[in-house]
Amino acid sequence: MPTLTLTVNGTSVSREVAPQTLLSEFIREDLRLTGTHVGCDTSQCGACTVHVNGRAVKSCCMLATQAAGAQLTTIEGVAAADGAMHPMQAAFNQCHGLQCGFCTPGMVMSAIDLVTHHDCSSEAKIREGLEGNLCRCTGYQNIVKAVTQAAAATKAMA
Amino acid sequence: MTARQGFIGQSVVRREDARFLTGRGQYTDDISLQNQSYGVFLRSPHAHAKITSLSTAAAAKAPGVLGIFTGEHFKAVGGLPCGWLINNIDGSPMKEPRHPILADGKVRYVGDRVALVVAETVEQAKAAAALIEVDYDVLPAVIDIASANTAPAAVHDEAADNRCYLWQIGDKDGTDAAFKTAAHVSTLTYHNNRLVPNAIEPRAANAFWNPSSDEYTLYVANQNPHVERLLMCAFVLGIPEHKMRVVAPDVGGGFGSKIFLYGEETALVWASKQIKRPIKWTAERSESFLSDAHGRDHLTTAELALDKDGKFIGFRVNTTANLGAYLSTFASAVPTILYATLLAGQYTTPKICCTVNAVFTNTAPVDAYRGAGRPEATFAVERIVETAARELGIDPAELRRRNFIHEFPYATPVGLTYDTGDYDATLNRALELSDAANFESRRAASAAKGLKRGIGYSCYIEACGIAPSSVAGALGARAGLFEAGEVRVHPTGKVTVFTGSHSHGQGHETTFAQVVADKLGIPLDDIMIEHGDTAKVLFGMGTYGSRSLAVGGTAIVKALDKVIAKGKKIAAHLMEAADTDVVFEDGQFKVAGTDKMVPFAQVSLTAYVPHNFPHDKLEPGLNENAFYDPSNFTYPAGSYICEVEVDPATGVVRVDRFTACDDFGNVINPMIVEGQVHGGLAQGIGQALLENCVYDPESGQLLTGSFMDYAMPRADDFPHLVVETVKGTPCTHNPLGVKGCGEAGAIGSPPAVINAICHALGVKDVPMPASPHNVWKAIKASR
Repeated sequence: MPTLTLTVNGTSVSREVAPQTLLSEFIREDLRLTGTHVGCDTSQCGACTVHVNGRAVKSCCMLATQAAGAQLTTIEGVAAADGAMHPMQAAFNQCHGLQCGFCTPGMVMSAIDLVTHHDCSSEAKIREGLEGNLCRCTGYQNIVKAVTQAAAATKAMA
Repeated sequence: MTARQGFIGQSVVRREDARFLTGRGQYTDDISLQNQSYGVFLRSPHAHAKITSLSTAAAAKAPGVLGIFTGEHFKAVGGLPCGWLINNIDGSPMKEPRHPILADGKVRYVGDRVALVVAETVEQAKAAAALIEVDYDVLPAVIDIASANTAPAAVHDEAADNRCYLWQIGDKDGTDAAFKTAAHVSTLTYHNNRLVPNAIEPRAANAFWNPSSDEYTLYVANQNPHVERLLMCAFVLGIPEHKMRVVAPDVGGGFGSKIFLYGEETALVWASKQIKRPIKWTAERSESFLSDAHGRDHLTTAELALDKDGKFIGFRVNTTANLGAYLSTFASAVPTILYATLLAGQYTTPKICCTVNAVFTNTAPVDAYRGAGRPEATFAVERIVETAARELGIDPAELRRRNFIHEFPYATPVGLTYDTGDYDATLNRALELSDAANFESRRAASAAKGLKRGIGYSCYIEACGIAPSSVAGALGARAGLFEAGEVRVHPTGKVTVFTGSHSHGQGHETTFAQVVADKLGIPLDDIMIEHGDTAKVLFGMGTYGSRSLAVGGTAIVKALDKVIAKGKKIAAHLMEAADTDVVFEDGQFKVAGTDKMVPFAQVSLTAYVPHNFPHDKLEPGLNENAFYDPSNFTYPAGSYICEVEVDPATGVVRVDRFTACDDFGNVINPMIVEGQVHGGLAQGIGQALLENCVYDPESGQLLTGSFMDYAMPRADDFPHLVVETVKGTPCTHNPLGVKGCGEAGAIGSPPAVINAICHALGVKDVPMPASPHNVWKAIKASR
């Protein structure tokens, strides 16, 4: 089996991995980072979204070996080292942007990418930007509110 | 009750969020046990077929295989039980064909369980499943519900006409007589579309048998672990209940689909003892589509009779309800007790009769999905009322007002007694919030763009707080529907509360703690809410039917009252006062009219370090439990107004504004209540515009078997939803005055959307989902 070396949440990791292993499987089963969830088998739900080299990726769409040498960030690596929540996590909490919590890690990872790299100047743009992530609980309204709040905070910091 | 600290009514941010936001939630698939093995189910590729031969010989030799189990292994155990007995009009009981754990000789829907393969890895189990040789003799499939009774094939031999029951409620003769005197009759025939619940966490289970203690442990994505345990032990596997622990850890949404006892986890539990290893199974999404219990799927004709003044004088409803291939846990109750009893809606209609023909088909079982019968009832009532208003040229809001119930309690002609309500209040507020008065100017603006704008109303009522056990029992329930709670006060005054309700998104860890904090006068941080583990919680009936706070919360309040009562006696002893002179306020036990007081934590410490204690009167300790069986249902109600723009060239519908105004009685946490309404609305609007579960009418193959084919609502399908909870009418028969809010959005919204589209187009009906194709067809037909 090939050896995969990459950086996961700031720490270098080397593991033997079967070539057909999906990145999502590698994260959940090999690394036991179970915050990344799998909600479908057609790359539609976005629950498995992580950051590869700073960009949001549905980790079920990538082979683990394709992440060789990459900087991988999962939901477990988003908060500050002292445990303080990322502004997006805090916004989800304050705005009640989550209920059952299952889609939440993927939603947060997508939302961080959205406010970092995309135009979040209107509610319509945010809704369009969240289109790749399914939530069955919230009706999206408070997720949109949270992203709007975090986008404003991000802009203020920039 | 007193609310001195004022947590009740405040939008306290959720205490459970931190673990979910940082990836530390623990869902069933996140749990891996020592020596973990993995299960995969081989499922039927046919809708209806006889299994003529089944060979596992080649599969058993495949790498990593630990065991293969088929229907043969489960012949000696019970079938999956149905929890509600419905009788036919002639008094005979419904047909209850055996619901096997794994198919025994026949498969009855695409996805029916044929075999369980257990192996060292999921991949090995899948590879072995592919080596199982099954020969099928394919039979004609019963798919169409309209013709199910006369189909040449029978899903079950004991129901040759595919009828489970023919049930009726209400005054048939009186209703028929009312129609004879009517000045106007409105009629609608429609299909309430079949839905797939699609919680984002797929169903999952992990079963383990401990050879040392002969005890089983089942981790399962489930909404009611005690019910799961009771049904599996007592009715299916015969395992002593005290030898079985069921844990429903973090659960990623349920919406009804995780209430039921399924064959998958049952097979896993049984097989775990055979192979002496823990077995984990997690559904793939395509498997969830095939095998989760679906929702709705009614074919209905509704007729409303009105007098010359527009008063409703009779309502007649005939429904054919699809139950699927087998009776799921609560399937029989959904199109009867949870449906037809709500057909009075918010109105004084004196004569109502509903007849339900429940049929078996070669499709997945159909059972409760968010609202469970009440969305179907609301759709019947609110579509026919709006249709009558449009036909008579009466403003739909005005026609509703003429018929609203104004005096409470109100006994409906279909078996319920509404305790309280104010339907004008929610309708009037919804009209204000939606700016309905200026609709015509918006309609003109849309017309200038070539778009057709319409407005639609829906004034729903639901019965929640399920349920008074004696009433439910008289209606055929085979279970009690109370709830249990326990308040364990620790020596330091910290409190653990155990509840039989289960939280899978509802925020109980916050709202229940708000109730406890106010009642005991202690900080939220001193309170822990425990749920979802039969080894910790004494008993529970679980979470469904918007019952958690109204029933489960009340059980906690009753236990808190017992804690306070005992605390008063301990405090009286400490303060050398009479028990009756002690009051409890702001977390202090006080002697009324004096400045003597002892804090809560001193009383709790005394209870566990009873050196100075009234041993002659009391036992040490401060731990109380309570069971609460409600005396009536609760009746949340509200008014929803939807405005749509339809593009007549494409049939595309855009929801431009949606206003929801609800009366939930008292509200503990407004932020969480609003969130519940948002989610319900998304599912209801999703049903109206997007979602549809479709089987091929010939082959019975599921055509909408993935998120690629089944249109799940996404963030850009909705406008900003305007949601407001009015001050409302508190429930009169529970101490919190609460009614329940979990399902309202899904119940009230579909007719509002369809009413708006019909108004926009000037047509009588548009089928759900109002997809561009269906809307375009309705436009064509109207020309």
